[in-house]
Amino acid sequence: MVVLRSGAAAWTLAVAASWTALAIAAGLFLEVAGGNVVSYWIGSWPPPWGIEYRIDIVNAFLALLVSFIAAVVIVYCRESVRAEVPRERHYLFYAMYALCLSGLLGIAVTGDAFNLFVFLEISSLSSYVLIALGRDRRALMAAYQYLILGTIGATFYVIGVGLLYLLTGTLNLADMAARLPAVSDHRSVLAALAFITVGISLKLALFPLHLWLPNAYAYAPSAVTAFLAATATKVSVYVLLRFYFTVFSGSGIFDDRPLAPIWITLSLAAMFIASAIAIFQNNVKRLFAYSSVAQIGYITLGVSFGSVYGLTAGIVHLFNHAVTKGALFMLLGGIALRLGTVRFDAIGGIGRAMPFTSFGIVLAGLSLIGVPATVGFVSKWYLVLAALERGDAWLAFAVVGSSLLAVVYVWRFVEVAYFREPTTEVARLREAPLSMLVPAWLMVLACFYFGLDTGVTLGGAGAAAESLLRGPR
Amino acid sequence: MTLANHYSYWVIIFLAIAGLYIVIARGNLVKKLVGLSIFQTSVYLLYVAPGKLIGGTAPIVSPQFQVYSNPLPHVLILTAIVVGVATLALGLALVVRLEEAYGSIEEDEILPQDRDA
Repeated sequence: MVVLRSGAAAWTLAVAASWTALAIAAGLFLEVAGGNVVSYWIGSWPPPWGIEYRIDIVNAFLALLVSFIAAVVIVYCRESVRAEVPRERHYLFYAMYALCLSGLLGIAVTGDAFNLFVFLEISSLSSYVLIALGRDRRALMAAYQYLILGTIGATFYVIGVGLLYLLTGTLNLADMAARLPAVSDHRSVLAALAFITVGISLKLALFPLHLWLPNAYAYAPSAVTAFLAATATKVSVYVLLRFYFTVFSGSGIFDDRPLAPIWITLSLAAMFIASAIAIFQNNVKRLFAYSSVAQIGYITLGVSFGSVYGLTAGIVHLFNHAVTKGALFMLLGGIALRLGTVRFDAIGGIGRAMPFTSFGIVLAGLSLIGVPATVGFVSKWYLVLAALERGDAWLAFAVVGSSLLAVVYVWRFVEVAYFREPTTEVARLREAPLSMLVPAWLMVLACFYFGLDTGVTLGGAGAAAESLLRGPR
Repeated sequence: MTLANHYSYWVIIFLAIAGLYIVIARGNLVKKLVGLSIFQTSVYLLYVAPGKLIGGTAPIVSPQFQVYSNPLPHVLILTAIVVGVATLALGLALVVRLEEAYGSIEEDEILPQDRDA
């Protein structure tokens, strides 16, 4: 793409690449859905010596999600990028987009701890560039801060992997899991767990390590926000799941340690504090960025239960939140394209000028709240079930209570968009172009489709949860 | 376990903490990147140092030698160094553009400029 030096050609190539990736991911998902495991040896070196790509239902589900979002967002990119990125940088944008996608998919399929780090850095470095392409000069500072924190996170992860490598002498995740129980009385295992947890938590923006996220999402180009919000943090959650449930689960390291309470506390803090901060934002993109931090809280809450229901809820919310947030940020991109800003004080009365965009945001907002018949409801329902199964009724109430905060911030948009008189500037606006509206509405409809027909998502997530809890092999 | 036997680990820990401290404590964006590099370098040492065995030789099988050093960590770290260089280059490029946009590379001079904007 860099060789071509042409924005249009690069876009065509990126579309072809993302759709091919989607087709391959769908094929892989169907192949492993029955419980098969696909293993590919790079350079034909058998694992654990060579790098192994190992795809079971969890990887396939994630790869499907990432490539689905990428395939939809790339179509949307064309108009949005034309408006927000200088023309001479278009080909670079698409090159970075494709690089980021390959990094994220690489994390999803690899079975090697160090290879995972390399892919993590590929996707992170390209996402720093993508964020820095934002029009606002604050995008630069946001990208810089993300770079510092992201690199610290990745380095922590490498320290953790290094300690595990010193203990076990292997980098293959499955092999590591098999060898770890023999050395699990060593304190270094605990240090490795701590380093990996903190490092990945930085990447997935677990509260209170989320500081890079709101600015990065708020000032990046709209298409980038939609893509990263829907995929990057989700992939990090997967890495966490992989380490907790595949690598460390057999070592008995979780026994007698208060890990679940720590995770539950942090998740609850994310759900409530980030939602509360979101309510007071003036920039709609920042608002939904904070809401992302809160939604990550739901995912980790589900995961921290460590039960089939909890994990299913976490994984299904991974998918559901990706679809919902993707839709929201894509629609907001339409407003940014027409108006140039998404500040609450500027978008009064937008509901009349851009009816499809605004209505879409409201519908996706409903899904964020968790209204029945949307995807948000499905995941919250399972979260509540998982909490009740543990016998913690107050956690179920907490899930419902924090949803009420989501009602408040979504209502703020409704109030501004529909009940304020449009300013002359807003009244002149036209609806967003079709090439942006169609992909965005596809996501909105996906919010409802997967809310009503939960076969693929819940089935996939349930199977993924069971395979994770079963442990390696 | 004596201190002297594990001196390489002490070096690593010192470098890691010094690097992280610079990242946190300095407001100058270039110095932050320097700190980040030192932090990353400490991790390179963490991998490379245990790979060498005293008296070990290059891992080419030969009847003369019994003890071999592990080459794999070096190869891994070669990759990590490349990643580190890329990160540093990107970080510095961002600093250049920040300088163009704000006329400063001090964090406490850049952040107030946007507060009223």
